[in-house]
Parts: sequence; C-alpha cells; structure tokens
Amino acid sequence: MAEPVLEIRGLEVTYRRGAERIRAVAGLDLTIGPGEAVALIGESGSGKSVTLRQVLRLDPERTTEVAGSIRVCGEEVGKLDAAGLRRLRGGRVGMVFQEPLLALDPVYTVGQQIVEAIRAHEPVSRAEARARALELLRLVHVPSPERRLDAYPHELSGGLRQRAMIALALSCRPRLLLADEPTTALDATVQIQVLLLLRELQERLGLAILFVTHDIGAAVEIADRIAVIYAGRIVEEGPVRSVIRSPLHPYTRGLLASRTEGALVKGRRIAAIPGSPPDLARPPPGCAFAPRCSLALEACSRQVPKLETPVPGHAVRCLRAREWAASPA
Amino acid sequence: MLRYTLRRILYALPIMLGVSLVCFLLVHIAPGDPLVSVLPPDATEALRRQMAELYGFDRPLPEQFLRWLARALGGDLGTSIATARPVASEVFRAVGNTVTLAAFATAIGFTLGAIFGFVAGYFRDSPVDRAASALAVLGVSVPHYWLGMVLVILFSAQLGWLPATGAGPGGSTEWAWDWEHFRHLILPAVTMSVIPMGIVARTLRALVAEILSQEFVMGLRARGLSEFAVFRHVVKNAAPTALAVMGLQLGYLLGGSILIETVFSWPGTGFLLNAAIFQRDLPLLQGTILVLATFFVVLNLVVDVVQTALDPRIRRA
Ligand SMILES: Nc1ncnc2c1ncn2[C@@H]1O[C@H](COP(=O)(O)OP(=O)(O)OP(=O)(O)O)[C@@H](O)[C@H]1O
Ligand code: SF4
Ligand SMILES: [Mg+2]
Repeated sequence: MAEPVLEIRGLEVTYRRGAERIRAVAGLDLTIGPGEAVALIGESGSGKSVTLRQVLRLDPERTTEVAGSIRVCGEEVGKLDAAGLRRLRGGRVGMVFQEPLLALDPVYTVGQQIVEAIRAHEPVSRAEARARALELLRLVHVPSPERRLDAYPHELSGGLRQRAMIALALSCRPRLLLADEPTTALDATVQIQVLLLLRELQERLGLAILFVTHDIGAAVEIADRIAVIYAGRIVEEGPVRSVIRSPLHPYTRGLLASRTEGALVKGRRIAAIPGSPPDLARPPPGCAFAPRCSLALEACSRQVPKLETPVPGHAVRCLRAREWAASPA
Repeated sequence: MLRYTLRRILYALPIMLGVSLVCFLLVHIAPGDPLVSVLPPDATEALRRQMAELYGFDRPLPEQFLRWLARALGGDLGTSIATARPVASEVFRAVGNTVTLAAFATAIGFTLGAIFGFVAGYFRDSPVDRAASALAVLGVSVPHYWLGMVLVILFSAQLGWLPATGAGPGGSTEWAWDWEHFRHLILPAVTMSVIPMGIVARTLRALVAEILSQEFVMGLRARGLSEFAVFRHVVKNAAPTALAVMGLQLGYLLGGSILIETVFSWPGTGFLLNAAIFQRDLPLLQGTILVLATFFVVLNLVVDVVQTALDPRIRRA
C-alpha cells in the first residue's frame, strides 16, 4: 500500500483550563491513504474539531498538551520547526471551515487572500498568482470568476463563499483537505452541490479528504470510509457500506437509528441514545460509552476496550462486538 | 462613496446653520443693550455709532442675522475690543497654533498608544501586556495639567533643557518651522499626548484581542502564513477603528486644551477663549466659538467619510 497521507497514532489532546484538565482526545488512531475520503462522525463535543486542528497544530501550545504521533506524508507534525509547519499548513494540507464568512478575512478580497496564500508558499509573481487564483475559482465552479476575484467575502452568497474557501484551501495543491462541517451552514440544495464538488475534486486531483459531518447521508455520498468518534476515541471505523449496513458498535447503531430524526444536529441530544457523553475533565475508566450502553457488562467499565477487526477492514472498540459480528443482524 | 460624501455634507449644513445662529444670539443673550456687551465701557461715541451700524441693531433680528452671516461667510468676524484688531486674524492665528499643538500631540500619542495597544493585545495577559496596560492607565488617569507642571519643573526649571512657556523665542505667537519654535512645542505636546496615548492604547488592546479571537485568524494560520502576514491582517482589520479613534482624539484636543494652553501660555484657541472671557471681549468670543464649532462639524464629517472609505463592508453597501 502507498504511504498514507495522514497517519494518527495514539493522539491525546488535553486542554488546561484553570485547575481543570479537559481530555478532548484520548488515544485516537486514524489512517487516510492517498485520494481517500474519510467521514468523521460523532456527537457534539466528541473531539472532531480538536483532531482536525491538531493535524495542523493550530492550538496554542501554552494551554494544550499533546501526546501521540501525527504523520502527514510520513513527516512527524510534532517535530516540525516554524518553517516546516508553514510549509505543512496550506502546502501539504488545506483546511475548510464550517462558516466561511467567519473564516475569511472580511477586509481582504477573495483574490487577495488566494494570491497571498500562493505567494506565501511559492516564489511566483503577483500576476502569475492572480492567474492561478482565477484558475482555482474556475476549478471550484464559481461563475464569472473574474468578477468574484475582486469581491469581498460578504459580497458573495453562502455557497459561493464556501467554494471560494475551498479554492483558497486548494491554492497550493495540498494532498489532504481537512473540512470541518463544510456544509452545515448552507441551505440544503447548496449543501448537495458543495458535497458533489468535494467528491469531484477528490477524483480529479487525487485529493485525500477528511471531513467532519453531522449528516450521515452526506457521509454516504462522499466518503470511502466512515470513522465514528466518541469521547475522543474512534469507536468504529470501516468502509461506508459495511459500517452503514452492519454497524458493530452500539453507539454507531444508536446514531444510525436516530438519523431519520436528524438528531446529529449540533448541540442536540441524540434521542435514540439516552444520557449524555461523559465529562471530559473526569473520563470514566473503561468504555466511555458504558453509562449509556444498554448492552454493557460489568467488564466494560473496568478497562478501555481494544480496537479489534472482527470483519476485515472494519474495526471496532467494543468488548462484545465479536458476538454480533459473527451473527450479522 | 461620492453620494455618501455629498449626503453627509448636506446633513452638516443645517447643523452649521444652528451653530451660527447660537453664536449670533450670544451677543443678544447678554442683558441690556447689546451694544453694551460689544463695547468697552469707555467707548467713544464714534466707535459706538460705528458698531451700531456694523451690527445693524436697529433692524429686525432675522435681517441682522442674515447680514451677520453674510459677513462671517466673507471672513469678517468683527473687531476685537481688547486689541482693536480684526477678530478673524486673531482667531486664525490661534487656530493655527492649536492645530500645530494638537497635531503633534496626537501624532505622539497615537504612535505610542498604537504600539502599546498592539503589543498588549497581541501578548494578552503576559508581563508585557501588564506593563503596557499599566502605562496606558497611568496616561488616562494622571491629571495632565499636573503632569505639565511636573515636566516644566523637571525639564525647564531643573535641567534647563526646554523653555517652559510661549510658542517661540521672545514671546512670538506666530508658529514657524524652526528649531527654536519646535523646542517650545515639545513640553506642551508631550503633556497633551498622554491623553490620546492612553485611550488609543486601551481601545487597540481590546480591538486586537477581539480580532485575534476571530476564526479567520486561525484560517490565516491554517494557510501557512507567517506571523508577520497575520499581523498585517490584524492591522488592516484594526485600521478603520484606530483611525476613527485618532480622529476623535484629535478633535477632542483641538477643543479641550484650555488647561494645557494656560499652563504653558501656548497662544492657541483655548488661551484666546480664556482671554476673551476674562476681558469680556464678546466679538472675539463669538468669532472663536463660531470657528471652533465649524471645525468640529467638519472634523466629524471627515472622520465619518474616511472611516467609511476604509471599510469595504460599509463602502460598497
Ligand atoms: N481550546 C479549548 N480549550 C478547552 N476545551 C476545549 C477547547 N477546544 C475544545 N475543547 C473541548 O473539547 C471537546 C471537544 O471539542 P470539539 O470542538 O472537538 O467538538 P466537536 O466534536 O467538533 O463538536 P461539534 O460537533 O460541536 O463541533 C469539547 O468538550 C470542548 O469543550
Ligand atoms: S464495550 Fe461494553 S459498554 Fe462499551 S459499547 Fe461495547 S458493550 Fe457497550
Ligand atoms: Mg466541531
């Protein structure tokens, strides 16, 4: 197999806030191959955004403790110096945010921001960079791109703004695109267009994509694989079809059962799963899902279940998964 | 943008009309014969007649106002009682001196305040921030006439480096661009700069911290921009507000300098206003107030227009 674009091993992220220590990510493993699209799903507060931010080391180092390893194209992110980090950010990995109106600088035009990003990474003239910016807007199907290049973010519609944001993230030909809920802030019809655009870019550019979504339908549409995260750990991960058709983790089953009610909406409790995620300042000793799990055994709260692969290519972190993996529901 | 500017000017016209009306009525508010308040007690009969004719006191008030306004627009603000010189030339010389002082004070205060504010906002809650903030608080809370006196005692009386009073050598009241005049400017300008410095520093610290907490800053870092480039973005985002604060501070200094001008005997409008009040020189008072008020209206207009021109979100709306 080719060298993975992203390889996360045992990632732990702890925030210090006063005397409290919030363990937002608690030993997370995730691998993404070249050109592969992975959807990261899970409840609000499960550590999705934190994981994405860590790939680019965007959190202030003063208040953030990080353990484990993140490799991008084989390069250890934690060991990069300032210059290496700048090359990684934007150069190897592009990032798209949920709300492009907040994530773009309001007092610079779209074109200025793309030109700036290109020239921060490559020694090209302003005119050359501008020509490439125009090319990028065409790539993401922005209509009349010449005009849009000189527009300020607030002058564009939500959909166009997100396309511009994607163009910006792709401006230095990254191998990996991180997208944190790229469509949540958009209208339903526009959401689908942006998802299709991501799919198209993945195929045309051989781009690997890690995207966070609350929309399982979107995950099915775009992703090759789905990773389910709970309380800072991946609890299930596998090919889309396998995870959707025969989920192995009780939490994933709850999520899928609740999708008809749109229960993954940010900030809302999941109806099909009673209770709420654990307090990250005082994580439980065993399986973090145990207090909410109707199938929990006594052994579940003693130690964290290991990641197992009862079905080839389909991993799960549950003591009892083998029981129903053997006899598919 | 052009339309906005024109509209803004149009709005300023009625304000100006009101201001001039108040100035005009100043003479009539004083009890008794308006001539009494315009003339010195020992005025000759000739002067008395000349003034009565000049003001046209025998005509109805609205007509008087229009005539007075027409003359004022033509640059004729009457004659000072104390010096017997045209009020216009007295006022304009004073305005020139005040503007010079205020401009230097604002330049010093804005530069220092911007540096302190940016550093404090960028390194929030660090020792650098605490030092810069303390300095800024000191700047706002120290009474500036007191600071002025301390500076005079230190640099004039003790060290003898700088002159304590006046605008130039030999009691010159005319500003000139030479070292001798500049030496006279330093102490009052530094004293005055403390106010805008404190306010600019405080505003910018909060503003920079607010900008840095916005998501787009993480967006900039996520694109691999250097810290310097991020700084440039922060500056451009802060610029409209910073300039507006600077403009307002300049305006504030142009009007509120009676204390400092008196401490340093700086021959500006504050000094002139002070003199006009104590000498009951009503034409001079009238002229000074009219010019100052006009100045404020124009300043507000300019600040509004410039701020709008700098902010693309408003500019194209
Ligand atoms: N800078 C921070 N300091 C302290 N705690 C943080 C910080 N960032 C995130 N957290 C905490 O870490 C946990 C995970 O946050 P994260 O933003 O990754 O959630 P998420 O999965 O993206 O949720 P959502 O779907 O709401 O976006 C949350 O409990 C959050 O409160
Ligand atoms: S390990 Fe136990 S508690 Fe955790 S999900 Fe599996 S059955 Fe439920
Ligand atoms: Mg999030």
